Amino acid sequence: MAGVLEGILTSPIGRKVTAKAGLAEPPRLRRGRVMPAGSVALATLPGGGIAGQVLDALGISPVEPLLDLPEHRTDDEKGRPQPPRYETRPGALVVDATGVRDIAQLELLRQVLRPVMKALEKSGRIIFLATEADGVDGLEAKAAAQAIDGIMRTVGKELRGGSTANLVLLAPGVVPADLASTLSFLLEGRSAFVSGQAWRVAPRKDAHDGSVSAQPFADRIVVVTGAARGIGAAIARTFHRDGARLVVVDVPAAGEGLAKVANELRGSALQLDITAPDAGARIADHVARVHGPDARIWAMVHNAGITRDRMLANLDEKTWASVLDVNLAAEMRINAVLLDHDRPGALAPDGRIVGVASTSGWAGNKGQSNYAASKAGVMGLVRAMADDLADGHVATNGVAPGFIETEMTGKIPYVQREVFRRVNSLSQGGQPVDVAETIAYLCDPASGGVDGQVIRVCGQNMVGR
Amino acid sequence: MLERHAVIVGGNRTPFVKAGTAYVQASNQDMLTAAIDGLVARFGLAGQKVDEVVAGAVLKHTRDFNLTRESVLGSALDPHTPAVDLQQACGTGLEAVIYATNKIRLGQVTTAIAGGVDSASDAPIVVREGLRRALLKASHARKPVDRLKAFAAVRPADLLPVPPAVVESRTGLSMGESQALTTKNWGITREAQDELTLASHQNMARAWDEGFFDDLVTPFLSVGKDKILRPQTTMEALAKLKPVFGGSEGTMTAGNSTALTDGAAVVLVAEESHARAQNWPVLARVVDAQVAASDYVTGNEDLLLAGARAIPELLDRNGLSLDDFALIEIHEAFASTVLATLAALEKNGTGTVDRAKLNVNGSSLAAGHPFAATGGRIVASLAKMLAERGSGAKGLVSICAAGGMAVTAILEGV
Repeated sequence: MAGVLEGILTSPIGRKVTAKAGLAEPPRLRRGRVMPAGSVALATLPGGGIAGQVLDALGISPVEPLLDLPEHRTDDEKGRPQPPRYETRPGALVVDATGVRDIAQLELLRQVLRPVMKALEKSGRIIFLATEADGVDGLEAKAAAQAIDGIMRTVGKELRGGSTANLVLLAPGVVPADLASTLSFLLEGRSAFVSGQAWRVAPRKDAHDGSVSAQPFADRIVVVTGAARGIGAAIARTFHRDGARLVVVDVPAAGEGLAKVANELRGSALQLDITAPDAGARIADHVARVHGPDARIWAMVHNAGITRDRMLANLDEKTWASVLDVNLAAEMRINAVLLDHDRPGALAPDGRIVGVASTSGWAGNKGQSNYAASKAGVMGLVRAMADDLADGHVATNGVAPGFIETEMTGKIPYVQREVFRRVNSLSQGGQPVDVAETIAYLCDPASGGVDGQVIRVCGQNMVGR
Repeated sequence: MLERHAVIVGGNRTPFVKAGTAYVQASNQDMLTAAIDGLVARFGLAGQKVDEVVAGAVLKHTRDFNLTRESVLGSALDPHTPAVDLQQACGTGLEAVIYATNKIRLGQVTTAIAGGVDSASDAPIVVREGLRRALLKASHARKPVDRLKAFAAVRPADLLPVPPAVVESRTGLSMGESQALTTKNWGITREAQDELTLASHQNMARAWDEGFFDDLVTPFLSVGKDKILRPQTTMEALAKLKPVFGGSEGTMTAGNSTALTDGAAVVLVAEESHARAQNWPVLARVVDAQVAASDYVTGNEDLLLAGARAIPELLDRNGLSLDDFALIEIHEAFASTVLATLAALEKNGTGTVDRAKLNVNGSSLAAGHPFAATGGRIVASLAKMLAERGSGAKGLVSICAAGGMAVTAILEGV
């Protein structure tokens, strides 16, 4: 029945009807390693300047933004004053608010934002840079820093046409090279489904020079669990595009799809139940077998996960435990083995670990107490590991996907699925590649300053913070 | 020149299923390609050239004259990988391993994939002799009227297709009926056959549960495990089955005989130092091999007991006795084939096989028997078990084949 309804509503006539009902065809997002078509405007607010240096390092020549000052306004035909208009649509606006310390300065953000809100091209970008609240002194400075977060989230919700807004929080001591990979990611189509998010960039811990490349993983080994299909396969394909040598892992029962992914990407397949007590050892052994005993894993992506949804009123200990074991405990056991950097096939001393959380972990979800526990646990784990490994060079981060179009979410009844899709600022579900791109950004050798962060890939879903 | 050893590096197979079930739409080429691709994925060989791929099938369409090469071309291997088809009935898979081993030892190749495939679901159905002659005549006819005349000779009975059957052309007996004679000759009881069958199922079920096949099998067409395997079967359940060979007094049932099976299996064979340089697991060396044949047509000897001729020759040449082997794999064409082979080995003075070493992770009764795939299945499993037992552990393989033949080999843990 739902299939029939979906057929009608997605037919050409059906689409006209749904558009009239307010369910317009969602904007098609710019994806991949593609820069905005229009220019990048840079607003350097007083005390700022680092963003300009980063854009310079990325080879981008920014243009001056228009400011909504009373003297710049012109009256429209009805005599209402209008903000100045961009002659051509800008592709992005970068707001360097790293020097903003008082409430009065927030007016400067309003001045640059008003003219751009309706001018931005489709899939445009508004990127805020601010100094994190912990990095500024005084009550007003801390309040102003947090205020920028509120501005950014609102901008994300007001933007149309697939445009996004995000905030980069700078830790003390950050230099331009720490930010290059982050700004490159945010400007390019890779961050298509990341909006309304704020995350922290600190000084890089490793020796990488911070320069960005389209092949950042050349000759680097990346292990992806749950890679036989869906998001895991997209993660593997994205790393392959960026030069990585893939080791794809999935349960033996998924071996058919896994072998196809491995062969397509010229990688290798490991059929493994990650809950096996020796799973970490078997991953390291496989890497050493295929790539030699001196080889080390550059990035370990813990994507494998299961759902066993039950309302708590119906949830027994077995269903509870299986989800926590696959989604959280197995990841911890594997990390413990791979962090022995001397072991052949283990993680590189300056490698990356990424856990996959979920908006369910962020906000909770009816019928998913076990899943939410495991995914919130992943967030806790990656943050705690970043603290735990602060003296080393390994960076640990997480991503929290929202509604992503996969075989799994395709099984949700049509009407419900359509609702899940639309309750975000981009009015659509994300693609598996959106999650993959964010993970690849976190694993970029130039992203060493991003540590202990969880980035939501949810199109600014209304659920959760 | 330093002595070159051929070693088994790993293996891969599809799960085996009963003919006419899950793989009914799959051709030999589909299954062999899948088995090769699973192996390629496991070892990260996509886009790479293997020196030679050797495989075969027993039930083969004429269009599959280049089955293995076509499978290679359909796989993720470098298209510069040459391939050869080889066929020796149920000995095909093991003979393919021997072919690869010999080439490696002679220095002609360094890496090879060896194995086999069989689809009893997609067995070729041929036309009868009368129709074949008419078709030939018609194709040579110059005038339409001659063409019609050629077909005029065809009788209705000639239009019936000839279904495939596993029948010895010289005795006219099916494999099962031939074995029924052997079973009777050697006084093999129903209970002994059922016990061996039960052990096969129990051992293979345990191996699956322990994850033994996790790196030996890649799912195919959404089948994850061997489908013939009956982990829950019992002596009582087996005892209830009616005899299918040897008449009403027969002791051979659908339980203690192998089912017609679809599946494919391959192994990766490499020269030892090359395998080590590649960081590949060196599971076991292929030490030696022996083929033998029996005089079964006269009825003086048994169709499927040539193993009892090959094994003593093989042991003699290598200065070994049965006691020197940690593991012995005798292909379970029928439970009574194994039991009669053991009896024949005792009778001819070769020795007694310790049953605790026999088919310890199950064999064809539990897994099924896609004819040419059985050799690859046994060699990969045996090599892995020998590697677990450590350096010097020896394994013996014996596979009986149609035409009264048997192929045997010695593997040794390195």
